Amino acid sequence: MTDSTRLSAHEVAAHFRTGDLSSRDATTAAIEAAERGNRALNAWLSIDRERALAEADAADARLRAAHASGAAAVGALHPLLGVPVALKDLVSIKGGQCTAGSRILEGYRAPYDAHVTERLRAVGAVIVGKTNMDEFAMGSSTEHSAFGPTANPWDLERVPGGSSGGSAAAVAAYHVPLAIGTDTGGSIRQPAALTGIVGMKPTYGRVSRYGIVAFASSLDQIGPFARDAQDAAALLHAVAGRDERDSTSAPVPVPDGLLHLTASDDEAAAGLRGKRLGLPKEYFVAGMEPGTEARVRAAVGALEAAGAIVEEVSLPHTDYGLAAYYIVAPAEASANLARYDGIRYGPAARDGDILANYLATRGAGFGDEVKRRIMLGTYALSAGYYDAFYVKAQKVRTLIKGDFDAVWAAGFDAIVAPTSPGVAFRFGAKMDDPVAMYLNDACTLPVNMAGLPGVSIPCGLADGLPVGLQFIGAPWTELGLLELARGYEALTEDAEWRALEPTDLALSLDPAVPTPVERTAVAGTRA
Amino acid sequence: MATLSRDEVAHVAHLARLGLSEAELSRLEGQLNHILEQYAKLAELDTEAIAPTAQTIELENILRDDVATPSLPVEEALANAPERRGDFIVVPAIMSGE
Repeated sequence: MTDSTRLSAHEVAAHFRTGDLSSRDATTAAIEAAERGNRALNAWLSIDRERALAEADAADARLRAAHASGAAAVGALHPLLGVPVALKDLVSIKGGQCTAGSRILEGYRAPYDAHVTERLRAVGAVIVGKTNMDEFAMGSSTEHSAFGPTANPWDLERVPGGSSGGSAAAVAAYHVPLAIGTDTGGSIRQPAALTGIVGMKPTYGRVSRYGIVAFASSLDQIGPFARDAQDAAALLHAVAGRDERDSTSAPVPVPDGLLHLTASDDEAAAGLRGKRLGLPKEYFVAGMEPGTEARVRAAVGALEAAGAIVEEVSLPHTDYGLAAYYIVAPAEASANLARYDGIRYGPAARDGDILANYLATRGAGFGDEVKRRIMLGTYALSAGYYDAFYVKAQKVRTLIKGDFDAVWAAGFDAIVAPTSPGVAFRFGAKMDDPVAMYLNDACTLPVNMAGLPGVSIPCGLADGLPVGLQFIGAPWTELGLLELARGYEALTEDAEWRALEPTDLALSLDPAVPTPVERTAVAGTRA
Repeated sequence: MATLSRDEVAHVAHLARLGLSEAELSRLEGQLNHILEQYAKLAELDTEAIAPTAQTIELENILRDDVATPSLPVEEALANAPERRGDFIVVPAIMSGE
């Protein structure tokens, strides 16, 4: 038995079924990897060994019972049974911490399980712990966490992307094969791209957000991180579907095909033949790094060589996406974050009358980026500016959605595009310039504005750092997108870069290496 | 497009119930105005005849039967309160007098 942390979830599941690996062993290995790597990476905000091992033992009991009843019972087991998984620290686990990366939720204990937590428990997945994130999911680097930044296992001096940077780093660094993130403007796909893994933002309404800390409610969506398309599909299947406690979760059937993405490379590659893919010219944005563009164009060439029909398309309002998003998202955030008042939960500053308490609690509890967005949103919604900003942005949103609708109406199966304009950047590089930081999301946030599914998959390295390829589809086409992703994986199965592990993975296990907090303190980048 | 004066930044902070230091207000004045400049790009688009999009999946109203279901017990709902007395959360008086 090789080191189980190097296996994908479906490989772990296969070992469970042959009986040469137990969930307790796989979970123990995951916890040890997470604990060893966390000094250098700061990917985890909490690890609950006791609970995880109890869940692992329960999974092992189910595995043993299935083995005792025969092959049919073993075959019917869920592929995630007993598999270690990480949750972004904005997913509620009853009785557990849920900081959303913020001081204002320090000490808060979730009073109930999120829908996602319940579903993972139901299929028997093992929740190892909670991962680091930009505060309230606002950011593209995980540098905005109140608990220090997360490092990228490809280069410990660089960010893993964000906001779900902890989940991405934990999967990329082989702590766990699977993790849950959320994506409001790219917060799953961009960190997946920057750490060289698979990350999917499903269609708005695909996964119930009950028990998730809200950022921008018309944009937020929950999705999977994994090291391959098959695993991402299985995790999405486990958590997707209608839940009456989130009225925005849609009564749309979840395709069982997500559990059965083909394992055959030949079959997966053959599936690309005749697929019509649109290549949006506006996504090769000004300021895009040449290495990233070259990798993405090479990947598109490989898809074409495999029989996909690639045609340039235009999404003419792309350039307006950033400005419209940075009105809509902060406006919704300013409303959602009004609840953090120090009265019902969270730290409370006492400073006189109730108004003074609000000012003190919120002034001390929120970090710089969150304050910036609350200010932007409050301004955009204030009397006299509502039409000029918020309504205008919502109208532009209609135009952005219309751009995509025209592509689907023209018969395209999907759009293929870069995920991010560049590779992982150094700590501090964009911390003093919010607009430069926001540009990271230029290729991902239009997808949230239009409510569409999108997946980022690794497509090689530029300057030794991972580059992401993004597939975007019409609503509810997650299965088709993951089949395209699986097809591209098959084409590049033997590519040299696929065999490489993250450059600083070994270094991340060195107990003498500086923590990300120490690194950024030296660089003088923390406000 | 509008620019924000220092006083307006302080007013918005008050509306948002954010207690900010003088240094924070100064920094935000510059940053917010820089971001507002980016918003100006939207004025290039004629959206007179365009309907706004508030959500994308076009679900109709989602209704459920009006029946009582179990909800969070009081003890659990109050467990995170910074200060409580019996089944109540303690806050400073918001009205003067008796």
